[in-house]
Amino acid sequence: MTATTAVKFPGRGMLEQTGRLFALGLDVIRLSFHRPFQTREFIQQAWFIAGVSILPTMLVSIPFGAVVSLQLGSLVSQLGAESFTGAVSVLAIIQQASPIVTALIVAGAAGAAICADIGARTIREEIDAMEVLGVSAVQRLVVPRVLACMLVAMLLNGVVSVVGVLGGYFFNVILQDGTPGAYLASFSALAQLPDLWISEIKAILFGFMAGVVACYRGLNPPPGPKGVGDAVNQSVVITFLLLFFINFILTAVYLTVVPPKTG
Amino acid sequence: MGAEVVVEGLTKSFGSQNIWRDVTLTLPPGEVSAMLGPSGTGKSVFLKSMIGLLKPDSGKCVINGTDIVQCSERDMYEVRKLFGVLFQDGALFGSMNLYDNVAFPLREHTKKSESEIKRIVLEKLEMTGLSGAEGKLPGEISGGMRKRAGLARALVLDPEIILCDEPDSGLDPVRTAYLSQLLIDLNAQIDATILVVTHNINLARTLPDNLGMLFRKELIMFGPREVLLTSEEPVVEQFLNGKRLGPIGMSEEKDTAQMAAEQAMADAGHHHGGTEDVRGVVPQILPTPGLPERKGERRRKDRVMQILHTLPPAAQEGIIESLSEQDRQHYGVQRHASAGAQHGGGSSAPQASQGQLPADQVAQLPSHGWGTADQLRSTDEIPPGQGGAR
Repeated sequence: MTATTAVKFPGRGMLEQTGRLFALGLDVIRLSFHRPFQTREFIQQAWFIAGVSILPTMLVSIPFGAVVSLQLGSLVSQLGAESFTGAVSVLAIIQQASPIVTALIVAGAAGAAICADIGARTIREEIDAMEVLGVSAVQRLVVPRVLACMLVAMLLNGVVSVVGVLGGYFFNVILQDGTPGAYLASFSALAQLPDLWISEIKAILFGFMAGVVACYRGLNPPPGPKGVGDAVNQSVVITFLLLFFINFILTAVYLTVVPPKTG
Repeated sequence: MGAEVVVEGLTKSFGSQNIWRDVTLTLPPGEVSAMLGPSGTGKSVFLKSMIGLLKPDSGKCVINGTDIVQCSERDMYEVRKLFGVLFQDGALFGSMNLYDNVAFPLREHTKKSESEIKRIVLEKLEMTGLSGAEGKLPGEISGGMRKRAGLARALVLDPEIILCDEPDSGLDPVRTAYLSQLLIDLNAQIDATILVVTHNINLARTLPDNLGMLFRKELIMFGPREVLLTSEEPVVEQFLNGKRLGPIGMSEEKDTAQMAAEQAMADAGHHHGGTEDVRGVVPQILPTPGLPERKGERRRKDRVMQILHTLPPAAQEGIIESLSEQDRQHYGVQRHASAGAQHGGGSSAPQASQGQLPADQVAQLPSHGWGTADQLRSTDEIPPGQGGAR
């Protein structure tokens, strides 16, 4: 044991942290199937997370849909393919924008709150006390929170998709003089059902990640009350970094596995 | 009977900073032990290592046959159910009121009905003097109340081992005395092994059966209370008397130059910081009358008498002094002439060797020269003001 702790090399700390984060993720999956399931805590957390993130998500998704729509609209019209504006914006919003916006809000609003909550409990020795009473803090506190993050992310993803597409429609039709009929008719020109699946899968994965990172940082904060603040900050930043990285990989895999719909 | 805790060669470092090394001790089952030490010597870390919250670098900590340092997570949770731990700040769950806090272990680990839980919880809250406060949130009550509530929570599962991290910090002297009494009564009732980490001298002198001290990254000593209370070790003596003179400095240690300077100042009349001379063995707290006798006390007596000849003379004297006449006959020892032991220094109180002292002789003692260490150590000769820890 002493031999392993003695080895020092640059980046060791980072690897160690990554490993422990991953271990916590595995623990969460394992303990999700352990009885008794904390139903009450799960519902409370899900309600809380939905409460803090639903409004910001909608407010962000409207301009987001609009921006996508405006940008694409002008591009597509230069190419002379106005009739495909709807198709492109649906694809962009459902496949990319919606899960990312969802995850950003879940991480920023809910993840920060979770991390602060658990961090405060850690420095007040509540987590230690719980462990000493023979209750696993991961099962009791972390699992319900992570599952709540996943559920809310999945549901929010639906909301963002609808609101984003509606926003895109509004801006395209009203501001860019697009044809309502063409916009709606081209919906299914490029988009297909697997796009919806991947969108939801992404949202669930991002929710899982936001929850695990928030809890991990909360359980291992730097010392002192300021440490909790730092931990919250880091948890949001780490989630964002991981988010775009995972999104890149998922998108790459998806595009290879699922053939694009043609014409 | 409480569980025995065997610690062997435990060493802990944070990064390159060594906290303590090679700590070896045994908490005898059903006895009350206390760990002393200046602030920052890793007493709390030691406690946390014992319950597996921190992982020591090496060594063993065996509880009921399970080595906490090496065992699996599942075993760890099983072993932890034997523990009741009082954290420094109580460590209550901030989102629950006191009632739910105390009921938490019962709800998690037992299948008791809600009415039975209520009975137990209210009983423990009453025991710790918190009746009527069960609806309050931890944020709404004082630090002392939080501490007592933390104790109530640690007690609901009738633990075999009770660990208290500075039970006295944040409590006034009266509540501390009540808390000591509560711990002794508990020990009499459920025969739990108790370890108290503290730097309260009064508590350390009157509560425990065994005393240990951590200093300079090591366990300086651990043994029957009389050994530490009569120790001539400079660190122990300084600590027990709360003086500035001695090896303990404001930061952990001080160098010889500073020690010499302080000694010179004290010799010149500067106050050394200590208030009164509190060396010697004082009577231990007894369980409240009406409670059963402490089983641990009986076991301890047998154990201590077996190792009596290995202890320093001063400690031997203290132990024999504290025995009742009956016990002395039982073990075949006499005051100031312990069985098979060399008594260092000429006995200066010859009339005491017969055992029973007429009451009027105590009052005459000052003529025999008050203040020599030898005399102060004898329990009977301590003025009433100092022995009042009952």
